[in-house]
Amino acid sequence: MNKDFLIKYIYGIADNALILGQRLGELTGHGPTLEVDIATTNISLDLFGQVRSYFQYAAQLSEKEITEDDIAFLRTEREYLNVLLVEQPNRDFAFVIGRQFLFDHFHFLLLTEMQKSHDQTLVAIAKKSLKEVSYHKRFSSDWIKRLGDGTEESKQKIQTAIDDLWRFTDELFHLTEDDKKAVEEGIGVDVSKLKETYYKNVAEILEEATLEVPELKYFQEGGKKGIHSEHMGYLLTDMQYMQRTYPGMKW
Amino acid sequence: MSEKEVKNLEEIFEAKIARDEKIEPKDWMPEKYRKTHIRQMSQHAHSEIVGMLPEGNWITRAPSLRRKVALLAKVQDEAGHGLYLYSATETLGISRDEMFEQLHSGKAKYSSIFNYPTITWADIGAIGWLVDGAAIINQVPLCNTSFGPYARAMVRVCKEESFHQRQGYEIMLTLCNGTEEQKQMAQDALNRWWWPSLMMLGPTDDASTHTEQSMKWKLKRKTNDELRQQFIDQTVPQADILGITVPDEDLKWNEETGHYDFGKIDWDEFWQVVKGHGPCNKERMQTRVNAWENGQWVRDAAMAHADKQADKKVKQAV
Ligand SMILES: [Fe+2]
Ligand SMILES: [Fe+2]
Ligand SMILES: [Fe+2]
Repeated sequence: MNKDFLIKYIYGIADNALILGQRLGELTGHGPTLEVDIATTNISLDLFGQVRSYFQYAAQLSEKEITEDDIAFLRTEREYLNVLLVEQPNRDFAFVIGRQFLFDHFHFLLLTEMQKSHDQTLVAIAKKSLKEVSYHKRFSSDWIKRLGDGTEESKQKIQTAIDDLWRFTDELFHLTEDDKKAVEEGIGVDVSKLKETYYKNVAEILEEATLEVPELKYFQEGGKKGIHSEHMGYLLTDMQYMQRTYPGMKW
Repeated sequence: MSEKEVKNLEEIFEAKIARDEKIEPKDWMPEKYRKTHIRQMSQHAHSEIVGMLPEGNWITRAPSLRRKVALLAKVQDEAGHGLYLYSATETLGISRDEMFEQLHSGKAKYSSIFNYPTITWADIGAIGWLVDGAAIINQVPLCNTSFGPYARAMVRVCKEESFHQRQGYEIMLTLCNGTEEQKQMAQDALNRWWWPSLMMLGPTDDASTHTEQSMKWKLKRKTNDELRQQFIDQTVPQADILGITVPDEDLKWNEETGHYDFGKIDWDEFWQVVKGHGPCNKERMQTRVNAWENGQWVRDAAMAHADKQADKKVKQAV
């Protein structure tokens, strides 16, 4: 059977963790408190751990002789399939938390469903990751509440971040051709079905945080098709620096 | 308290230390003991936190997923050490905020080694191998120091530092078993980090001020020069295994003493960096201050939120 669709399906999930992990890695040593610094580094660590499981599996499935690092570091920008949301920069702590919150709630639902996949490797990864992601979701949701129902300044900052990032949420529920194939095979999750629950859960927390739920008609998409924002190239320049500068070496 | 009573307390205190019993935060202690410990422990905590920066500099550029994960975990450990040490220092009656204040104003020092830049990936290997290595030599004796919270913190910290040290050495080993270019990268890193690592063990004994008192309180068990010799004796054979050269022409094994003889350390450079004029002193401080100032609104929000929650609880109870 041609596994190409499955490999792409895995990239679609794993690239989200890869790129968000990379963004969080930028924050280490710069957090507002030591505790927060440790927590965001920890989330980054979890995400990279998940990435390794996915990419090791994808490398196995591939007919080419490739490694997890080839997949992580040596694709062109157009070959990364993460959603636009996760590549958005760390503008301030409100954006960090807003981005994390909007992603974690999706991530949690995705992994919960992935436990029912016919692919046992993906089931195992989902089970293991779900524990970590439940913690991420709690961390980001708690901070949404703290910032929303904290000071005037924090409320305004987190509302701005949520309003700004909201346009990237719809893409989370889009399916590519490869995703559709994976769903047909009983391997993939039909993310379009998660949408309603997602917005309901997110709205609940926002309301508890005394924040407005944005109402938006127009959304952004592209990441899943490899069409990224202008931020992506710079992120990759950093991330790929060693592999590009010293091709073919072991580290 | 009368002079006699103080004298009595002092005697009990000294006897306790002599018996190798721990001094705990609630115990009476001379003011000088408290101050010295606040200074040394907070300085140690600051070193952990500032030390996150040169290594954090390579998180986004780590060359493989495995290395990235290991580096993130290492830098996170250092944050944990900082947290642990700040908490231990707080038991002496100073707050974490006050300690940060002292760091940011330049009143408190941190280990000078972190004022050197990490310019290649090999620097991450060299820091683990040499800097964590020197830190262990400094810190293992502190596991038996007289102040309980410090001694206990050190036991935990030292375990993790030795893990870091092995990990750093393994990075170096991989480079040295790699291509010519990688081996050169490793050699270059050793060239730049060797002397600053030797300086990490502190000024020579004749230039070091607090030694005698520190020995009595078990804040120190060996002199700086003894520690430095131990570090050199332990590290040179490791460089030999790597097949790279320690940048010291005078370095040679002395059959008679059973130690390595080594060349002169440039103490002018050491004092220059200590006084704030190293390659990255300004950058490191600016980064710390920025993180603190940019985080102010976040900490304020957390505080305000906690207050609101507490109010709600009180209202519910009524
Ligand atoms: Fe340390
Ligand atoms: Fe440490
Ligand atoms: Fe360390």
